[in-house]
Amino acid sequence: MTQMFDQIFVIAKHWLLGYVPAVAQPLASAILSVVPVLIAFPLLFAITTVLERKGLGRIQNRYGPNRTGPAGFFQPIADGIKSLTKEDIVPLSADHIVHFLAPVLIVVAAFMAYAVLPIGRNMVILNLNAGVLFFFAIGSVVELSVFMAGWSSRSKYSLLGAMRAIAQMISYEVPLVLATVVVIMQAGSLSTVTIVERQAGYTGIWPHWYLFTPWGIVGFVLFMIAATAESNRSPFDLPEGESEIIAGYYIEYSGFKFALFFLGEYLGMFATSGMAITLFLGGWSAPLSVFTFVPSWIWFFAKLLVLIGGFIWIRGTLPRLRMDQLMNFAWEFILPMSLLNMLIAGVWHFMAPGVVRWLVCSAIIATPCILLSAGLRKKKRLMVRTYEFAE
Amino acid sequence: MIGNGILKGLTETARNFFGSYVGKDRLTTVQYPEERVPQIEAARNFPFLVFDGSDPNAGLRCVACQICEKECPPKCIFITKSADKKPDAVGKQQFYPAVFDIDISVCMSCQICVEVCPFDAIKMDVEYDLPTDDRFAGLLFKKDRLAKSNEYYHEIHPTEASAVDAALAAERAATAAKAKAAAEAAQAKAAAAAAAPAPEPQPVGGEKR
Repeated sequence: MTQMFDQIFVIAKHWLLGYVPAVAQPLASAILSVVPVLIAFPLLFAITTVLERKGLGRIQNRYGPNRTGPAGFFQPIADGIKSLTKEDIVPLSADHIVHFLAPVLIVVAAFMAYAVLPIGRNMVILNLNAGVLFFFAIGSVVELSVFMAGWSSRSKYSLLGAMRAIAQMISYEVPLVLATVVVIMQAGSLSTVTIVERQAGYTGIWPHWYLFTPWGIVGFVLFMIAATAESNRSPFDLPEGESEIIAGYYIEYSGFKFALFFLGEYLGMFATSGMAITLFLGGWSAPLSVFTFVPSWIWFFAKLLVLIGGFIWIRGTLPRLRMDQLMNFAWEFILPMSLLNMLIAGVWHFMAPGVVRWLVCSAIIATPCILLSAGLRKKKRLMVRTYEFAE
Repeated sequence: MIGNGILKGLTETARNFFGSYVGKDRLTTVQYPEERVPQIEAARNFPFLVFDGSDPNAGLRCVACQICEKECPPKCIFITKSADKKPDAVGKQQFYPAVFDIDISVCMSCQICVEVCPFDAIKMDVEYDLPTDDRFAGLLFKKDRLAKSNEYYHEIHPTEASAVDAALAAERAATAAKAKAAAEAAQAKAAAAAAAPAPEPQPVGGEKR
C-alpha cells in the first residue's frame, strides 16, 4: 500500500501510456513526465509568493496580505490577473526581439534544470549520467538571459543591473560548483539519481545523508550561500537594488514579462534548492528510517518547503551587501573554503571511520574558517576619512 | 567567528515571526475598514455648518455674511444670500444662506473659515471616510450635507463646543437683555408720549439718559 502511494505518479503515467499507440509512446511519455513539473512548480511559485509576503510581514510585525480570499491566499491569482492585464511597454530604442526573448529564456532555462531533479523514487524526467553537470550548464543560461534583458533594454540602469548580476553570478557559480564536487567525489557519480540512492540507506534509524559529515555540512552551507547569490536573493540582491538601480536588469519590463522574470527567478531558486536537497539532504529519502512509509515525493517537497522557508527567513533578516563585500566574500572566503572542503572530503575518504576522522576533518575546517573570517574582519576597520583640500 | 551577527539577527526575526502570532500587541497595524484609530479631539478634516435644535434649516447659525467665502484661500466656498431674514442663533433677524457649497476636492483643510467666522457657524469635521465614484458632484457638498447638529459638534469636539455654547448663551442673554431694555424704553417713551399732551421735540439721547 505504501509502495503504491510512493509510486502513484509512476503507476498513473504507465497506465495512461497504455492507451497511447506504440509509435507515439516516447513523445507521450516525455509529455506526461514534463507536464506535471510544469504545473507543480509554478503552483509552488504562487504559494511561495504569498507565503513569503506573509512571512516577511510577520517578521516585521505586520499582517502581510490578508484581503484576497481566505487569509490572503488568493493574492497570487490577483497578482497574475493584474500582470496579465497590464500594458506591455517596450522601450522604443530597445532591441525588440532580444527584449522579448530574455524573459522567455530565463523561464525555459529554469524549467530545464528540473529535468534532472529526482522528485521522488523513480520520478525523474531524465536520468542523465552527467545530471549534475547538465544542471549547472543550464543554470548558466540564466546569466545569458539576464544579460540579454539588461543589454536589449537600452537603459543605463538595466545595463548596470545586468553587469552586477553577471559579476555576481559568475563569482558565485565557482563556489557553487566546487561545493558540489565533494558530493561527486564521494558518490562517484554525476547522476542525480545515483547520488540520492547512495544517501537513501540507514544506520539504525539515522540516514546516510551527506549533510551528516563534516564536508557535507560545510558543503551544504557553502552551496546554500552560493545558491542565494546565484538566484539574486537577499542579502545578495544587489542586481535589483531599489535604492541604487531601481529594479536592475528588468527595469524596462512591465506586465507579464516582468512576472516571467519573477517566475524564472523563483523557479531557479527552487531548482537550486532541489539540487541542494539532492546533493546533501538525501533527495526524496525520509529523514528517519521510521518515516519511510511516507511517499518519497512528499519528502522532497517537504524539504523544499523547509529550504524555501530558510530563504524567506534569511531575506527577512539580512540587509543587502555592498558590491565589494559581495566580491570579497565570494573570492576570499567562500572559494577558499570550498577548495578546502574538497581536501577534507579526500581526507575523510581515506581515513578509517570513527571519532578520529570526525575530529581531524572538523579541525581542518574550523581553523581556516576562523582565520579567514578574522581576515575578512580585519578589512572592516573603519577610519576617519581625512580630506586634503576640503577641510 | 564569522556569522555570529547573522545568528543573532536570525533569532530576532524568528522571535518577531512567532511573537506576532502569540502577542497581539506586537502587531501595530490597524485593519482599516474594520478597525479605526480613535480620533483625537483636535482632529480636523473638512468644514461643516453647525445648526441648533432639530431643524437644519431653521437652526442654521450661518448668516451668509460671506466672510469665509472671501477668506478661503483656495476659494472652495460658494454662498448665495437669502432674500428674506430669519432669527439667528442669538435671536437677531439675519439673512441666511440660500446656497452654501463647499468643494472638498478643493478644500485644503486650513481652518481659516473657522477662524474668521464671527457667528461660530462653521466648524471642522473629523469625518475622513468620504470616497465617492463621482469626483465632481460627489465631492461638492451642499448645504443639507454640510449642516450638522450642535450635538454632533459636541460629540467630535466636546471642549471647543462647550466653550462656543457658553459664549453663545452669554450673547443670547445680552441680546435678550438689550431687547428687553429696548422694549422697556419704547414702552416708557410711549407712556411719556401719552402723558405729555403737547408733544415737544426732545432729543432722543437725552431722554434715554
